Amino acid sequence: MSASHTGEITNFFDMSQPYGKQAVFIVLAFILIAITLSLEAKFYERFASIIYLISLLSLVGLFLFGKNVNGATSWYGIGGMTLQPSEFAKFATALAVAKYISDLETDLTTIKDQVRTMVIILLPAFLILLQNDAGSTLVYGAFFFVLYREGIQQIYLIALATLVGIAVITLKFGILTTVLILVVLGLMVNLYLRKRKPPIIPSIVILLISSLLAVSVSFFYKSILKPHQQDRISLWLRLEKDPDKIQQMKQTILYNLNESEKAISSGGFKGKGYLEGTRTTGKFVPEQHTDYIFSTVGEEWGFLGSSIVVILFVLLIGRVVVLAESQKSQFSRVYGYSVAAIFFIHFLINVGMVMGLIPTVGIPLPFFSYGGSALWGFTILLFIFVKLDSNKINEW
Amino acid sequence: MRKFLLLFLVVFVGVVFLGRLFYLQVYSFDSYNIIEDNAIRRVYDYPKRGYVYDRNGKLLVANQPSYDIMVIPREVTDMEDDLLSEFCGLIGISPEEYEKKLEKAYRYSPRLPQVFISHLSKDDYAILQEKMRKFDGYYIQKRSLRSYQTAIGANVLGDIGEVNQRIINRDPYYRLGDLIGKQGVEISYENTLRGQKGVKYIQKDRFNKDIGPYKEGIYDTLPVPGKDITITIDATLQEYGELLMTNKRGGIIAIEPSSGEILAMVSAPSYDPNILVGRERSKNFTKLYRDSIANPLFDRGLQAMYPPGSPFKTLNSLIGLQEGVVSVSDRFTCSMGYRYGNRRMGCHAHHSPVNMNLGIYESCNAYFANVYRRIIDKYDTPAKGMDAWHKHVTSFGLGNYLNNDLSVGQPGKVPSSITYNRAYGENRWYTTFTLSNAIGQGEVLATPIQLANMAAAIGNRGFYYTPHIIKSIEDETIPEQFTTKKYTTIDKQHFEPVIRGMYDVYNKGTAKWVQVPGIEICGKTGTAENFTRIDGKKVQLTDHSIFMAFAPKNNPKIALAVFVENGYWGSRFAGKMASLMIEKHLKGTISRTDLEDWVLTHSLENEYNKPLSNEPFKINGETELQLVDKVEVPEHLKYPEKTSE
Ligand SMILES: [Zn+2]
Repeated sequence: MSASHTGEITNFFDMSQPYGKQAVFIVLAFILIAITLSLEAKFYERFASIIYLISLLSLVGLFLFGKNVNGATSWYGIGGMTLQPSEFAKFATALAVAKYISDLETDLTTIKDQVRTMVIILLPAFLILLQNDAGSTLVYGAFFFVLYREGIQQIYLIALATLVGIAVITLKFGILTTVLILVVLGLMVNLYLRKRKPPIIPSIVILLISSLLAVSVSFFYKSILKPHQQDRISLWLRLEKDPDKIQQMKQTILYNLNESEKAISSGGFKGKGYLEGTRTTGKFVPEQHTDYIFSTVGEEWGFLGSSIVVILFVLLIGRVVVLAESQKSQFSRVYGYSVAAIFFIHFLINVGMVMGLIPTVGIPLPFFSYGGSALWGFTILLFIFVKLDSNKINEW
Repeated sequence: MRKFLLLFLVVFVGVVFLGRLFYLQVYSFDSYNIIEDNAIRRVYDYPKRGYVYDRNGKLLVANQPSYDIMVIPREVTDMEDDLLSEFCGLIGISPEEYEKKLEKAYRYSPRLPQVFISHLSKDDYAILQEKMRKFDGYYIQKRSLRSYQTAIGANVLGDIGEVNQRIINRDPYYRLGDLIGKQGVEISYENTLRGQKGVKYIQKDRFNKDIGPYKEGIYDTLPVPGKDITITIDATLQEYGELLMTNKRGGIIAIEPSSGEILAMVSAPSYDPNILVGRERSKNFTKLYRDSIANPLFDRGLQAMYPPGSPFKTLNSLIGLQEGVVSVSDRFTCSMGYRYGNRRMGCHAHHSPVNMNLGIYESCNAYFANVYRRIIDKYDTPAKGMDAWHKHVTSFGLGNYLNNDLSVGQPGKVPSSITYNRAYGENRWYTTFTLSNAIGQGEVLATPIQLANMAAAIGNRGFYYTPHIIKSIEDETIPEQFTTKKYTTIDKQHFEPVIRGMYDVYNKGTAKWVQVPGIEICGKTGTAENFTRIDGKKVQLTDHSIFMAFAPKNNPKIALAVFVENGYWGSRFAGKMASLMIEKHLKGTISRTDLEDWVLTHSLENEYNKPLSNEPFKINGETELQLVDKVEVPEHLKYPEKTSE
């Protein structure tokens, strides 16, 4: 299921053309599905740690044998093909997390086990970040949903939401306004709880921490982020007010985003038809067959086609969540949850970015974006769960 | 709750995405078309703009090629110093100017092609053409400019210039740098003359390279050439009229009564249309535009509203006859004027009592005051009388736009009961309040073309064709509104006595000194008082000289109105010029060369300078005429080029 097409179609398996390669990738993906389903369900649980270790080694190996593509050292060159181990590290990590959490000894409410789980998750994430692939690193945020589902304290969710809230408000309205809002909120909470003794000291501590957060967000944005990263956030939050500057940003660093939004918009309700997109045929959207594939869908298939794609993703992820909940073994449930959360993060970031709702981050759209590794990674990720699910009847 | 966080977020994100898609693709989908698509390069093919011929087939306006340097700012690359100085040297600007121009172009739009340097000379073009390849983002575009084959008729022919942003916003046909009619027939017949430009759609890639025709060119169109038009103007008569107007200000409008075709449309002062072509266009245009004193862009034949004065009296005769309140033989006394209440409308010395014929050719104010009062007082109230009178007057094309094919115009003014109700209150005014209408002064205002049209309607004995400028368009018929008779409210038989009076104006009246042997001319002289403001004070200037005429008396071939600003009495300037125009049109040669010599040796420039001199000055009878060396009559105007039929 690939929507990459350039030029005339002569030979479907022409390896010099992206569509030819992708056709080969798809054939290989079907072979992978067959292999994945033919293995015993227990195999995945038993060998989870080993798969995880191999995956880590393959990531480390990149520092020695890796091939630099577009500034990221995340590829092995094998013959004419390239392999991206980070795509395979996702299901490996999911297996390892599932294995660790489902261990009877593990209690996720304890700090000790929380730290250990975090190490399992952050180790591959950190290695990938070192290879300069920020997008793939973000995917590991998906495991937050798994941990939350499996019982970590509510405070983590509240802290995360507060952090995001403070960051956005600080960038948009400045430190002073943020602190002011925090004080007002604090007073309201105190008033609400007035029957009891007002928790004045904790309130002040929280207020201080929050204010410190606001200051550091501001510092991080202004002093740590590079100008092009600042601009992405600046446009996303509509921080820039000068129309000339916005225009200039749109034509330079935000060129991709601008073109992809225009391409989607130009599709209208019914779209221009298959292979008829003028913007994508003209390659106006540079990474259209990888990360910006959704703009092609939008331009060629219009609102009808692109909303069907969105609905299909929602149904797929929702179905995986429901199936995960129905699993009898904790291993299968945790793994299923990981699959759903990883797909969700990819869907959220990729489509959100292409439509201009989220700052630009390079990340593929599962089963749509061009590339063998990603396709195979998602295939294995999903079909291991299919195998686990099919096996739930004759489980323990 | 923990179980539902992810599920909830998935559904929430799905809904937000669908909303965003709806916003992008359905709500803000702006009837997406290929014109807006910057993935498509449009290459335009401009057709030939139609030529303009005069009524005798003489070519007036043709085309000439012009070359512009165009820039697409986004594609301009930084130039090395020596390359930059070579480029600047070639196009004749300094590097600083170059930077400024480029920045300005970039700010307007980085991707739209824009004119960088317009109107290269032929030599510059030859040199540049070979070197353009070296300069990324620049190319030379050939355009077609107007080439005027004559130095006359600037107000008729008009000009073309680049479209402004307002026009582009209103009409998507035009793009930055396109040329469009700015004045005269170039505006009125813009769509006919311009044709339809052809367009090729070319698919580009993101490096801006062409990768072939978009969809095999199914949307491409071929240019449709502009059509040639023939206008009703007689270039010879027009040129002669402009010659007569040298050193004067005013307008001459000559119409063929049997068709409504405008034979000449002179506005003075004017200018050579060729100065509005090419590189000097905007400089020259600004100069003309800023000249608020001579006001050369103001078409005095079409836009200047004057009180028509005595020529208007003929209308009151016609209305009196039509309303049955006066007969041809009714006589009124005139003792140097007309008394009403404790006021008096002055007149000059002549026989008394006065019948209609004498009233017209002696232009007796008292006679027309009586006739006018009878018209209005025929009705129960002055308001009803005014409205009956208003209906008759407006049927001659006065008091409203003529609705023709001229790019400018004014409605003039004919008062009705509403006018006076507004000024005095309902039922609080009497006929005498409006008495100046009797002699064409006061509230009545008309443009020279309206007056010429009135002369045509009288000459036609009761109808006119809307005066128009188009004679023919290649294979098209001219609009029906120009070939349909418009009838006045006056019955045919009432015209003869009035025309007789107008004939006697030449025979024995105010215009007897400007007769032309062998031509029966009917006319009416007029003057109009006028004022200006100097340091906030109202100051009277020498009267305008007005003349209205048609000839010959039966089956007239020409009807005209002549206005000469501050020319004093009617036959002094305007009458002479009217006679000369009529003779020129009907005979081709001038027998009254004494009149011609007089007009060509007398200037009103001194008169026009008076209000600007900051000194006290005299007007009307206390002035002396300014003599100048005779303006030469060009050879080709001395003899008929061809006999007029
Ligand atoms: Zn009199």
